[in-house]
Amino acid sequence: MSVAFSTSDLRTPVDPMLPRPAVIQAIKPEAYGVSTFSLAFADSSEGSGYRFQPGQFNMIYLPAFGEVAISLSSDPGEPQVLGHTIRYAGSVTRAIGRLKVGDIVGVRGPYGSAWPLEKAVGKNLVIVAGGIGLAPLRPVILSVLRQRDAYGRVLLLYGARTPADLLYRDEIGFWREGGIEVHITVDLADENWKGQVGVVPQLFYRIRVDHKQTMVMTCGPEIMMRFAIYEALARRIPKESVYISMERNMKCAVGFCGHCQIGPTFICKQGPVLNFAAIEPFFGKEDF
Amino acid sequence: MTQSLPRVAASVVLPKAALAKLFENLRAVGFTLVGPTVRDGAIVLDELNKVQDLPIGWTDEHQPGQYRLKKVRDSGYFEFTVGPHSWKQFLFPPRQKLFSLTQTEGKWVIQPAGSLAPRYALVGVRPCDLNAISIQDKVFLGGEYKDPHYALRREHIFVLAVNCGKAGGNCFCASMKTGPHATAGTFDLAFTELPEVFVVEIGSEAGSEMMRDTPWEAATAFDLGRAAQVTQRTERQMEKELRTDDLPRLLYDNLEHSRWDEVATRCLSCANCTLVCPTCFCSTVEESSNLKGTATERTRVWDSCFTLDFSHVHGGNIRPSIRSRYRQWLTHKLGSWIDQFGTSGCVGCGRCITWCPVGIDLTEEIKAIRGKVTP
Repeated sequence: MSVAFSTSDLRTPVDPMLPRPAVIQAIKPEAYGVSTFSLAFADSSEGSGYRFQPGQFNMIYLPAFGEVAISLSSDPGEPQVLGHTIRYAGSVTRAIGRLKVGDIVGVRGPYGSAWPLEKAVGKNLVIVAGGIGLAPLRPVILSVLRQRDAYGRVLLLYGARTPADLLYRDEIGFWREGGIEVHITVDLADENWKGQVGVVPQLFYRIRVDHKQTMVMTCGPEIMMRFAIYEALARRIPKESVYISMERNMKCAVGFCGHCQIGPTFICKQGPVLNFAAIEPFFGKEDF
Repeated sequence: MTQSLPRVAASVVLPKAALAKLFENLRAVGFTLVGPTVRDGAIVLDELNKVQDLPIGWTDEHQPGQYRLKKVRDSGYFEFTVGPHSWKQFLFPPRQKLFSLTQTEGKWVIQPAGSLAPRYALVGVRPCDLNAISIQDKVFLGGEYKDPHYALRREHIFVLAVNCGKAGGNCFCASMKTGPHATAGTFDLAFTELPEVFVVEIGSEAGSEMMRDTPWEAATAFDLGRAAQVTQRTERQMEKELRTDDLPRLLYDNLEHSRWDEVATRCLSCANCTLVCPTCFCSTVEESSNLKGTATERTRVWDSCFTLDFSHVHGGNIRPSIRSRYRQWLTHKLGSWIDQFGTSGCVGCGRCITWCPVGIDLTEEIKAIRGKVTP
């Protein structure tokens, strides 16, 4: 009615806040308090159009509990099954932890930016992950394995608190066989642990890479990423070649709720995967 | 009585008594009229049933942390500035149901919120608040995802703007270039109040249509001159100002300025500023269910970056201190908003200054950060 606003393209837009029911196909325990949930849309016709990129996330909804942003941890080449590796950390994820195969959760997504795999073609790739931070990088690993020849050396530097907290333990052998150099460390060893002990960024001391031809992708606690970036830059890897995945409180994932801002960046829109050069002015700012 | 209708972009003169007919015309085509009215010692925005519901003969006085209503002798219709409410409550309701969900025998039935909303005629929108609506348009409709609840309300509104005849003690729209005169293209009708008549700019076909059967007359050059003087006088009256040419850089470069510590000793983190702000858009979601959890309703509610919970992630809060939360609000409002939406998040309405219980004035904070502290 009013000239103040043109309305032609806005009639009944679909509400991006509506979840779609998905059925839990499998629950695979990964570590204490961490499981991978494989989901398929209840209406299979909805699932057929679903595609995602490595690094993107879904909003997982449980009625009466709420919604959480969870990265996709499965193979983007098989988008009919949506894998989410979930750590039981808050009220919603703990409730999800009580679900069984066949139960329903709501799914919205995929949202956010992706790891720039196409930019990594022909280059070495150093994947640096701490704890549950390996989950959003698993689609990178699985995509790399699908066309291993497209990349130079591919290294995974991964750490967890204890050996029992290591994720995807049954898969790491296949990753190695597929041509990925895997270096693992734990903060706290037990008597059976024969590997490295120490923080993840220290694994950089065990590798040697050509800084001009290397891309770094890292996800984990911010303090870990900070030092991983430091080690990468110390090896003269340009900051433009470093990508990080960030986490913030998120209520909508579509740019409305305002919760996920860090400076001018909405983690749900420009993130979660960000080029370090772009986020550097605000990254690691205390309480920002 | 004139039979024809004024053309769009024309200016006409309307006797004040004819406002009742205009209200009637709006109501006849189905609008719910909302506008300023006096309640509990403040001028709030609520449904208007008749012209007399307007705060006729009232004015308001604003100081940092202070607001008072006062009777004025000349019975002007729009002698006040802005109250604690903004129009966002009508377009972006404080509580918006998103959907309800029932679970029976392992099946989900999701019922989206209805697509029925009142068609609002916003009566008495100040130029700063018109700009605030344009800013929220960018947030809710300008991105990849559109908010259907906002769109539904927004597309049907009728805007009767009123240019400002006085500057409130906390107004600085001139600095933000959002007033005191409404920009053509953003309203259906824009009034400038003179002692005996309104000078009305016709902003749209709809605006023209609502003038039907009112005793309007074409405005003379003399009328237009007097109307122009009203907003020019208001602009001269405006004492508060905010320099914006060095934003957002100034804020990005001063994230560790000592002023953040200082303001944190005064700020109560009460969130008043974000609730009265006409552009603040942050929200959270609430879940309510029956005891078995089989029937659930999900609701979006206004939220504020001043709450501790706002930045919660597992293991803690990103912004645990008042210093960090005030810094977030001001840095976003006057700084990063420009990078995000191509416009400042501030329209200079001054509400956050008036309704701050301790009278924190963001224009003073910016001056302090720039290095000019006024004692």
